[in-house]
Amino acid sequence: MSFPWANEYKPQSAVTKWVDERLPLPRLVYNAIGAGYPVPRNLNYFWNFGVLAGVALVIQIVTGIVLAMHYYASVEGAFNSVEHIMRDVNAGWFVRYAHMNGASFFFIVVYIHIFRGLFYGSYKAPREMIWLLGVVIFLLMMATAFMGYVLPWGQMSFWGAQVITGFFSAIPLVGEPLRQLLLGGFAPDQAALNRFFSLHYLLPFVIAGVIILHIWALHIPGSSNPTGVSIKGEQDTVPFHPYYTAKDGFGLGVFLIAFVAITFFTPNLLGHPDNYIPANPLSTPAHIVPEWYFLPFYAILKAFTVNFGIPFTGIVLIEAKLMGVLAMFGSILLLFFLPWLDTSPVRSGHYRPLFRKFFWYGLIPSLVVLTYCGAQPPYTQWVVLSQVAAAYYFAHFLIILPIVSRIERPLPLPNSITEAVTGKPLQTATA
Amino acid sequence: MVRLIAFLVGVFFSGMLLIGLVDTVVGAIKEPALPTAEHEFHKTPKAVSFAHDGPLGKFDTAQLQRGLKIYAEVCSACHSLKLVSFRDFAALGYDEDQVKAIAKGWKTEVPSLNPETGEPATRPAIPADKIPSPFANEVAARAANNNALPPDLSLITKARANGPAYVYSLLIGYENGQPAELLKKFPDAKTPDGLHYNPYFANLNIAMAAPLTADDQVTYDDGTKATKQQMAKDVAAFLTWTAEPKLENRKSAGWAALGFLIIFTVLAWMSYKSIWADKKH
Repeated sequence: MSFPWANEYKPQSAVTKWVDERLPLPRLVYNAIGAGYPVPRNLNYFWNFGVLAGVALVIQIVTGIVLAMHYYASVEGAFNSVEHIMRDVNAGWFVRYAHMNGASFFFIVVYIHIFRGLFYGSYKAPREMIWLLGVVIFLLMMATAFMGYVLPWGQMSFWGAQVITGFFSAIPLVGEPLRQLLLGGFAPDQAALNRFFSLHYLLPFVIAGVIILHIWALHIPGSSNPTGVSIKGEQDTVPFHPYYTAKDGFGLGVFLIAFVAITFFTPNLLGHPDNYIPANPLSTPAHIVPEWYFLPFYAILKAFTVNFGIPFTGIVLIEAKLMGVLAMFGSILLLFFLPWLDTSPVRSGHYRPLFRKFFWYGLIPSLVVLTYCGAQPPYTQWVVLSQVAAAYYFAHFLIILPIVSRIERPLPLPNSITEAVTGKPLQTATA
Repeated sequence: MVRLIAFLVGVFFSGMLLIGLVDTVVGAIKEPALPTAEHEFHKTPKAVSFAHDGPLGKFDTAQLQRGLKIYAEVCSACHSLKLVSFRDFAALGYDEDQVKAIAKGWKTEVPSLNPETGEPATRPAIPADKIPSPFANEVAARAANNNALPPDLSLITKARANGPAYVYSLLIGYENGQPAELLKKFPDAKTPDGLHYNPYFANLNIAMAAPLTADDQVTYDDGTKATKQQMAKDVAAFLTWTAEPKLENRKSAGWAALGFLIIFTVLAWMSYKSIWADKKH
């Protein structure tokens, strides 16, 4: 952290002094989340969600480790071992429901965290690396969540695994062998279940590692803020502790109330009834749908219905299925290029009238529509709606944003954070 | 360069989606999706309320006992309840001796070995046993049921949307043959032989014959009048318990957790306000 006014760590006791001289861990904590980390004074509640995502990961790891003590990764025993946890393990129902709903809440807070970044331009210089690492975390989360959903070996587990690994078979030539290599067989079976369990246990710790890099990268430029104006001096900041620890404590309370309300009073609301039916490779469910947090991407996958080829010759260059798979992965991978697609020097959407319109009236509705359509059976109206929304989604990031950032005339920015907060002009040298 | 490539990719994906859109609309106009009997005649479950509904709801143990009786005397002829043990019936208000008696008197015995010869045999159940299944295996179950497999009922109310209401509606939803309107509109959708018309079942035709056929089919020990509705409701409540035996623990722990968290959050809010009192933000 390079702000010259950041407090330097001064050990308060002989013990911390002794430790700090040998391993500066107290210093690290102090400068990372203590009084030694100056943070813009004007952060709103959307800045709570990074900490909440970290808490959600901890909840998942702690409950997950306990579940793994009782879970049995076998195609014969997995389903019953989950029911054993629900029925016979002390407080097992709580641990299992907390893990199940914890995944949903992890995605809820991460999605809000991502949209905070999208609206306030947190991906822009000098914070591109934080954004890139964030996209990596998001991809790891999706892989982890998918493999976790397979573990109870219910109908949606099995058929979800069948569909998702089926994506790979869309790749020309190597697709089918690749799919078999990933599954360890021709269809999801014991080999697949074992490796999914192994990776589901591994990936959260990889996520934790990338989060350390994410936070490290954050502490080089420091936090952004709702005005998007860089910090000009000490008056623009407050120390993280106690100011933001207190605010995060309150945010955590609200988050946990919502989490507890769902987990204890309607624990299966976000799940699918079919996953309480044991996996049966011979019986396909009427509608295979992923968990809600994958629905927009699933809708994009299904929205591609025509082959790409040379007109009137019947020659197909890219099949619709492959294109759907490419687009689905592309819809996330394009986020890696966002810092170079949006070239406006103004970060915050508050001061970007045109960007803001496309954000609120274009991007957000298109994602709501995609989420809704992703859960619907393939009737014409839902296919058409998701085609419109998916077309907008790609156009928004790949076409509209670069053009908007070129032609837009931003509103005048405040001179400083303090000015924006107090309404008084910044008194620089005289102060 | 990044923006140029992005532009081309964007035009390609969005363009293919818009072509697909035209294709979908043209396809839908040329060959409109035909209505199906399932689509038009399927009914969502009837509204029904239970004592265990809502965040404060608790099981009505008398009702669960009646439901167990329905399961034991009617459902268990075909449907297993593999995830439930006899010892779990203590939660229905039975004492240890009663649980032992229920296990011992269960009409299906538990597969076992003859201790002298090692030949397959059966023995009476004990409280530690799971409820024995009516059929030895899937082949036997299908053979006895016109090739249909009666599903295990342990989790049925969680494995169906709006499960308790679904079970209740399905049990009393049988109709005497298909509505004339349906046959007029969909002559091909005639219920196949050996199946039974039930508008609450996903594809309208269910292999199970109506299990609750008449009032007083079962005689309740507590004197409750055993109407078909009453029996259906009692067994739906019982199957809610088998699917979620920890429902009451869950709700009471939920209130404790909420109470704690509300106090925590109020305190956190007060300290947030007092710490920030001198800072405009």
